[in-house]
Amino acid sequence: MPAITREEVAHLARLSRLDLSDDELAHYAGQLDDILGSVARVSEAVQQLGQGQDIPPTSHALPLVNVTRPDVERPCLDPADVLSQAPAAQDQRFRVPRILGED
Amino acid sequence: MALDGDLTRNTAADLAAAIKTGDVSATEVAQAHLERIAKVDEKVNAFLHVDTEGALAKAAEVDAKRARGEQLGPLAGVPLALKDVFTMKGVPTTCGSKILEGWRPPYDATVTGRLRAADVVILGKTNMDEFAMGSSTENSAYGPTRNPWDLTRIPGGSGGGSSASLAAFEAPLAIGTDTGGSIRQPAAVTGTVGVKPTYGGVSRYGLVAFSSSLDQGGPCARTVLDAALLHAAIAGHDPLDSTSIDQPVPDVVGAARRADVKGMKIGVVKQFDGDGYQDGVRTRFHESVDLLRELGATVVEVDCPSFDYALAAYYLIAPSECSSNLARFDAMRYGLRVGDDGVNGVEEVMALTREAGFGPEVKRRIMLGTYALSSGYYDAYYGSAQQVRTLIIRDFDRAFADVDVLVSPTTPTTAFKIGERADDPMAMYLADLCTIPTNLAGNAGMSVPVGLAPEDGLPVGLQIIAPAMADDRLYRVGGAVEAALAARWGHRLLSEVPSL
Repeated sequence: MPAITREEVAHLARLSRLDLSDDELAHYAGQLDDILGSVARVSEAVQQLGQGQDIPPTSHALPLVNVTRPDVERPCLDPADVLSQAPAAQDQRFRVPRILGED
Repeated sequence: MALDGDLTRNTAADLAAAIKTGDVSATEVAQAHLERIAKVDEKVNAFLHVDTEGALAKAAEVDAKRARGEQLGPLAGVPLALKDVFTMKGVPTTCGSKILEGWRPPYDATVTGRLRAADVVILGKTNMDEFAMGSSTENSAYGPTRNPWDLTRIPGGSGGGSSASLAAFEAPLAIGTDTGGSIRQPAAVTGTVGVKPTYGGVSRYGLVAFSSSLDQGGPCARTVLDAALLHAAIAGHDPLDSTSIDQPVPDVVGAARRADVKGMKIGVVKQFDGDGYQDGVRTRFHESVDLLRELGATVVEVDCPSFDYALAAYYLIAPSECSSNLARFDAMRYGLRVGDDGVNGVEEVMALTREAGFGPEVKRRIMLGTYALSSGYYDAYYGSAQQVRTLIIRDFDRAFADVDVLVSPTTPTTAFKIGERADDPMAMYLADLCTIPTNLAGNAGMSVPVGLAPEDGLPVGLQIIAPAMADDRLYRVGGAVEAALAARWGHRLLSEVPSL
């Protein structure tokens, strides 16, 4: 199925929030194509080994049920500790770049 | 118990015993290891950060406890190297990435907290492939770690710093994480012991996530008993991890001491042999199977046809989960921020930061996962991979209905040269061929050293796989193999590591 184009990589990079250079786009197009060409065998595996049966997907190895904690108050992280690690902080809050008003 | 005069050459079990009786102080033990790191780590590059002050303070605390007559735990005062993917309050945690350079986490991972509670002396944080993505530690943003057996070769990955620190006698214990083989493969290529516990056996709280349905922390050591002691110290239910198993931890220490395979039925995985496996790896593997038979186990061949597709399924599932998990590195709350010039909007700052902060393998996997999860491709890629995961679990279930454990080589080859596979992702991925099925099924695996490959003189590992929550069986088999080989050789394999 693959034959991934440079334009597709550019689209993936946008979705992934990666500001890739032109060189990187070309480089990754070739590599992603190789990898996808190889891992596409999974469809073949399901057909061959599944013997026509409907194979349910597994998203997780543990049979999980909802796990909750008791709804009780407990201390949170110290705001000063947390904000000391922020790229920018102001008035005991994270300072972020402009979010609204983009075109 | 007579200790080796060079304190760095002793096992964790022996060091703990000597500290308890007062034959040596925890401070002397910590100092000896810090001196060793100062002497050899320039060559090995196992550590990203050495916490001299913290280590000596902990050692002094252990010595003070002993002086007061307090009971010491089974690993009190023993030094350890912690993979830099676990948070440790106030101590830099980078995950081998520039995006987290300088980050000092405001909290301890559960594993870190349990180590502190066990009075283990944490020497520092070890090098790794960026966000644990890799099989060679070449993907670290802070330079590759080198294999103490041959400094031109890789120490495995992603936990190459942890495995190399053991083989270089910088630490008797280390912690790793294993998403596709990152504990077992480094153990195999450095002649050390590494265990991936049952998924959910060791808490993931504070383990920076790569692929959450596969990631599992576990012990790395130079002996099977030491690995068991560390396993017991970190394992067990944690309410802070919703995927933590709420059951008693299997008696891994008892099993390591028992070290006996009499009456066990062992399956050899048919799929993990033949083409693509180095001759010396096959030789040592077949000798190990013969040894298990001599030690009283019954050996049968087991067919697991789905394992041929495990690597393909893994390289869809792990990147898919990683593309989601690594979205948290958005330059807003911690870590690097690039391009915040008052003009750029938030999405531009995110894209500029992630471009500057992530290395090539991480970018590759984020895009691969984004592709596999996109509508139009989801069913063919991610959906099929999840179905293969079901087939792999069924093959394991069928196998474990008949045998107690499975065995295979841990890796198809011995340690390769640094740079050899750097430009060929698919070749690199093959290093985890034999270890991946265990992660996809969530069961437990160990690598134990079984000798050197005749053609290159480099270590070979035997992989043992046990059903979920039967981790003790790994230690029975691994302990038996280790003891029989030490008796045959008259020494431990690691005594043959060249001096650095």
